[in-house]
Amino acid sequence: MAKLELLQSINGHKGIVWNVSWHPLGKVFASCGEDKIIKLWSKEGETWTMKTVLVDGHQRTIREIAWSPCGNFLASASFDGTTAVWDKKSGQFECNATLEGHENEVKSVAWSPSGQLLATCGRDKSVWVWEVAGEDEYVCEAVLNAHNQDVKKVAWHPSSDILASASYDNAVKMYKEDQLDSDWTCVATLQSHESTVWSLTFDKTGKRLATCSDDRTVKIWQEYSPDNQEGVSVDDKESSWKCVCTLSGYHTRCIYDITWCASTGLIATGCGDDIIRVFKEADDSDPNAPTFDLICTKLNAHSQDVNCVQWNPSGNQELVSCSDNGEIKIWKFFEQ
Amino acid sequence: MTKTADNVNPNVYDTYSEREITSNELNEDIVDEIDRREVFDLIRNINDPEHPLTLEELRVVEEGNIFVDNEKNVVNVYFTPTIPHCSMATLIGLSIRVQLLRALPSRFKVTVEVSEGTHMSEHAVNKQLADKERVAAALENNNLVQIINQCVVNS
Repeated sequence: MAKLELLQSINGHKGIVWNVSWHPLGKVFASCGEDKIIKLWSKEGETWTMKTVLVDGHQRTIREIAWSPCGNFLASASFDGTTAVWDKKSGQFECNATLEGHENEVKSVAWSPSGQLLATCGRDKSVWVWEVAGEDEYVCEAVLNAHNQDVKKVAWHPSSDILASASYDNAVKMYKEDQLDSDWTCVATLQSHESTVWSLTFDKTGKRLATCSDDRTVKIWQEYSPDNQEGVSVDDKESSWKCVCTLSGYHTRCIYDITWCASTGLIATGCGDDIIRVFKEADDSDPNAPTFDLICTKLNAHSQDVNCVQWNPSGNQELVSCSDNGEIKIWKFFEQ
Repeated sequence: MTKTADNVNPNVYDTYSEREITSNELNEDIVDEIDRREVFDLIRNINDPEHPLTLEELRVVEEGNIFVDNEKNVVNVYFTPTIPHCSMATLIGLSIRVQLLRALPSRFKVTVEVSEGTHMSEHAVNKQLADKERVAAALENNNLVQIINQCVVNS
């Protein structure tokens, strides 16, 4: 039996904790929420302790935070319509750049694998791609209006500059820069969910994507490139993404977050039924019609909705989660 | 308000009598489960945004359209807009949701939806009310919170 063992429960914030994000080395994580504060946590002996509080960066709820791949920058997306970039060049964390442009709430922020691009999305239905133009300087490369509703989440491919977004319009979209005219365009629309897509996560190869939705399902999507051996027809010169697996009947309420571990391949979900679940691909799984088994169900993981789950990037099987009631929890996954 | 109300002459209905307090409820040794009547009492006196009437008097909320499962911590409220194109439906639903968020223990999962077949944009209104992120963002809007507080003031 596999299990999630609670390592520590932290009363982290006042009000909703919307997001927790591991530093790339996995020794620090950041948390944010309704109280407009970002907190940085690291381990002191065996205990996770709050080390830094970042205040006065935002006027409203901080919805999401993201570390740059180098670990030197932290970006924060807020309902106040701005994205702040924090760094500690001065020795202490400070907000040295504010990205403005979204009409209202910014819902998500993500750094590209090179750390040279930043994506944001929001309630105004748009996705923005920003380029790091110099020290504390960011320029808007593209405003992508492919969705026709609130955009909930952006995530970059693990190794290429391919961006994915999830929306209230039930769709997932992918974007790429055209090498000829350096225009960003939507290259794929992934349609299958029947309600809001709240989150998405690539696997380590970037050839698969997992999405979770208010329709209480998780879907696994597979990339088929124009020269694929499986004979999947691909229009255009772009890859096409097909839904190859739907995990339904496991979640009883809206699924708010999903995380795919790059080292173990395990998928964890955070759900409105207060449960954290872990799925594993079956050993005899067909790559073109994979099977995933539910291997762990942590009932009452939190006393309210689980808003975010993140595997520690160091691959040590730690998972961090957060909830509506101000809680942050750190878990260790064991498979026996 | 300069804008003309959507439904200028709504039907007005009789209200329920006040709840009679039973001897069991006065007995401190007996645990009172939250029931539909208790949830109804929390929302019946919410004011309509357009009329000087309560949601009960307009029959927007009824005890029979409330479902409570204490074991599963679920409260579902179905409300009925006075007319199928009521532009206030989302605001009314939001007022009900806010009142229940404030008044019920946090263990409850509250769902507020339009009664099936009673509004033209039923699906869109329900989706909006179910999206907790959009509800949270709406509740950071001071003007909107003021309007909602005026609606729930007597509850």
